[in-house]
Amino acid sequence: MESRANVFEVRDLEVGFRVFRGHLRVLDKANLVVEHGEKVGLVGETGCGKSITMKATIGILPIPPAHISGGSILIDGRDILKLRGRALRHTQGLLSLIPQDPSASLNPVFRIGTQLADAIKYSTANANLGRKAIRKRSIEILSEVGLPDPERNLASYPVQMSGGMKQRVLIAMALVTDPLLLIADEPTTALDVTIEAQILRLMREAVDRRDVSILLITHNLGVVREFTDRVYIMYAGQVSEEGATSDLFSTPLHPYTQGLIASVPKLTGEGVASGIEGMVPDYLDVPPGCRFSPRCRHAMPVCSEKPEMRLPEAAHGVACHLFSPAPGEEKPCSD
Amino acid sequence: MSALQDAPRLSHPRLRSAARAVRRSWYKFSRNRLSVVGLSAVCIVILLALLAPVISPYPRHAGKFVDFANANRPPSWTYLLGTDVVGRDILSRIFFGYRFSLLMGIIVLALVVPPGVILGLIAGYWKGSWIDTVIMRITDVFLAVPPLVLALAIASVLQPNLYNAMLAVSLMWWPWYCRLVYGVTSSVRNEFFVQAAEVAGASKVHILLREILPNCVSPILTKISLDMGWVILLGAALSFVGLGVQPPRPGLGTMVADGAQYMPDSWWISVFPALAIMFVVLGFNLLGDGLRDVLSVEEV
Amino acid sequence: MLRLSDLEKHFPVRRGPFRRVVGHVRAVDRITLSISKKEIVGLVGESGSGKSTLGYTVVGIHNPTGGRMEFRGQDLLAMRRADPRAVSKEIQIVFQDPGSSLNPKRSIKQTLELPLRVHGLGNRTERLETLKELMRTVELPEPYLYRSPSALSGGQRQRVAVARALASKPDFLVLDEPTSALDVSVQAKLSNLLLALSAELELTYLFITHDLSLMRNVATKVAIMYLGKICELADAQTFFAEPLHPYTQMLLSSIPVVSAEEETLKPKHVVPRGEVPSPVNIPSGCSFRTRCPHAMEVCSAVDPEFVEVESDHEVRCHLFAGIEKEVRARAADA
Repeated sequence: MESRANVFEVRDLEVGFRVFRGHLRVLDKANLVVEHGEKVGLVGETGCGKSITMKATIGILPIPPAHISGGSILIDGRDILKLRGRALRHTQGLLSLIPQDPSASLNPVFRIGTQLADAIKYSTANANLGRKAIRKRSIEILSEVGLPDPERNLASYPVQMSGGMKQRVLIAMALVTDPLLLIADEPTTALDVTIEAQILRLMREAVDRRDVSILLITHNLGVVREFTDRVYIMYAGQVSEEGATSDLFSTPLHPYTQGLIASVPKLTGEGVASGIEGMVPDYLDVPPGCRFSPRCRHAMPVCSEKPEMRLPEAAHGVACHLFSPAPGEEKPCSD
Repeated sequence: MSALQDAPRLSHPRLRSAARAVRRSWYKFSRNRLSVVGLSAVCIVILLALLAPVISPYPRHAGKFVDFANANRPPSWTYLLGTDVVGRDILSRIFFGYRFSLLMGIIVLALVVPPGVILGLIAGYWKGSWIDTVIMRITDVFLAVPPLVLALAIASVLQPNLYNAMLAVSLMWWPWYCRLVYGVTSSVRNEFFVQAAEVAGASKVHILLREILPNCVSPILTKISLDMGWVILLGAALSFVGLGVQPPRPGLGTMVADGAQYMPDSWWISVFPALAIMFVVLGFNLLGDGLRDVLSVEEV
Repeated sequence: MLRLSDLEKHFPVRRGPFRRVVGHVRAVDRITLSISKKEIVGLVGESGSGKSTLGYTVVGIHNPTGGRMEFRGQDLLAMRRADPRAVSKEIQIVFQDPGSSLNPKRSIKQTLELPLRVHGLGNRTERLETLKELMRTVELPEPYLYRSPSALSGGQRQRVAVARALASKPDFLVLDEPTSALDVSVQAKLSNLLLALSAELELTYLFITHDLSLMRNVATKVAIMYLGKICELADAQTFFAEPLHPYTQMLLSSIPVVSAEEETLKPKHVVPRGEVPSPVNIPSGCSFRTRCPHAMEVCSAVDPEFVEVESDHEVRCHLFAGIEKEVRARAADA
């Protein structure tokens, strides 16, 4: 058994939204685990619920109209859905977020040094550092993220920096609080591909060096394949497949995963794939059971019941009735 | 044949989606109680103004009427809000007074909004060119003049009456609409859909009126409803100073002025008209705030 | 069909209270490119490369500050001045951002009808028929005509954008990153649609993108742009068989791929490094030299010229400067 709690765990999380048109049932018992020192990817297309999971964790979900109807979110073993006040803030402080759009995430009217100092001051670990110590720490962390000429950049404004440099600053701000878990929300989507490669390399080195865990949320399959150890694929609020990255990409099991990977244009020049038939469901009128079934080539009548996550191979789980044992066979083992 | 078949189908889906949009907007609007209060207040005022001759207890008191026997009576069951210095019923005069207030608001805004919007569209679309500079500097000149000074100047040239007051207020009000629309137009102008229309070869008139203007409607509507309150207040201020509604007509500001010298003994002569002004201005303000919340947030 | 010769688009940089011109952003810097009928030319570059500006100049949103554009042999600028509407009938554009390329206050029908009305293509009934056919072409259900863009998904809006571009039956389309803002599975569907349409309607595309993997499967010719200039221009087969320019190799090695087979195709020896210099301050000589692993002395002094390394494969790099002379010398000897 494990001697320490998982760094991050989502158990049977259910999140819904109440809007004018009715009730949107978005997250449907989502499960996720990030162990110590792991790099985990959470992949899905727009509207699959990955951002909602992230927002619920950080606590920025707009509570009405959203509401969390069930499940738990555990950081270092503590369920933040049951915590309040200082305990909640302390636990959330174990996380750090690397946000999506570097241009929108830095305040344009404050210098980089000021914003970085704020991050340092408000982190629980560094609460009592004096100004000189904060400056020293700022310069250290900026060098660590590969920002050239850190002292000059401390005095710069965000508008004077390129996208890649701003993203490095944001990574620095996330690392400086010595977090247990980094959550990177589409950190390279807004960047050019050559800069993206450099930022990914930076993040990988920083994570490995500091032994921090990271949850990378993205819709870019290639990035996930190059960066993560394990990956979860989400579709319409359900986790459809999970497993070690190399396994999942070499043998994708879930029809959705197969469709996704096939849709990416390949350098090997196999032509453009035809994509996946149909459209993402409207959460107001979501199909019962497996939410992918209306678009699935292999849909069967049993798909109207929600498939459980089963592990046909070691550490490679898929939630699909194609892998359900026939009635009467042995029960699958669950996590 | 196909034209006949298609015509009803054309209007129906458009009506349907319009109806849906109205219902959704009402849902959003009604969640804010204050907005509903504002809307109710405005509706009440409109009804009172429209039905004044029918529902006033003493409709003739709104015109030339004197009854010194009943002058300066405090509020009672016969005269619900009391009478003024020549014996006219305050309540009835307030109902009729709302007519002047609303008239002021409607006429001023009708005079002000079209030219302001058109100039704003033109200046915003050709932002950076001489057209922009000319229009915006003219706007600046008008904005620089203090409103009451302008009104006084006009009054000294023309006769002091309601219509000239409206003219004065209009002259200083139009630049705000020009500025508002200028702002929206200059940002919308660079959106892809405007460029697409340009590339498609649409005429400038079409682009300004059919592509850009619909995107300005929300802030314009919000501003109009907020402005109604302010224009009414400004009209009352002008009447108070003697430049608006002239006695014996029952302008609300005029009524406040009439009663000013009798404060604090016959307080009802000034206080009730002042409260009536407050009621209508507050109503429009709350309505405007509510509209802004509804119109500006795009539903996801 | 389209020929660009030394095309330039410079934007003035103004400073100070009097808005004096202190420099120029050379967004498009002497581009020479030919596009033949039914070709799909992939114009690939990162942000700041000027690829979108080039597309906009071709379509008429920007006026070039130098050089020449020829459409079907005639001067495009002159054609536009004489009759802009006739040109906009033949050359159209699909924009990148599905969120803002359709007017949110106009229904799909109104948006699609605009080009038809501008060019006077049919009366009311005929226009409606054309609209229905357009919706069928882009595989959208007819009732969507009456919806507003906010009721459509990103992929559907892009289809409407494509329909709008096709409304006047143009021959040449500029596609400015039409799939970049979409999800992967939706991108695939749209790319398929675009490919099918180009074959069916005999269209010519200038496909602007940053996605080389997509071009591998779609383009007939590829041009790589960096800071306003073309670095490498080649027929698609030749290009991907042997990418030559160091920037091309840097681009290829940065792509996050989804399979091990693709991984082997990525050049390993050029690691992405450095930042794109600001377009206001382009380095002297070869603009890529600040990031190039093979930078030599000559690179900071002289801007390289195009060299035709093999037929249909041109590179603008000092590494290959000698080759053309060699090839010609050998041909002369033989």
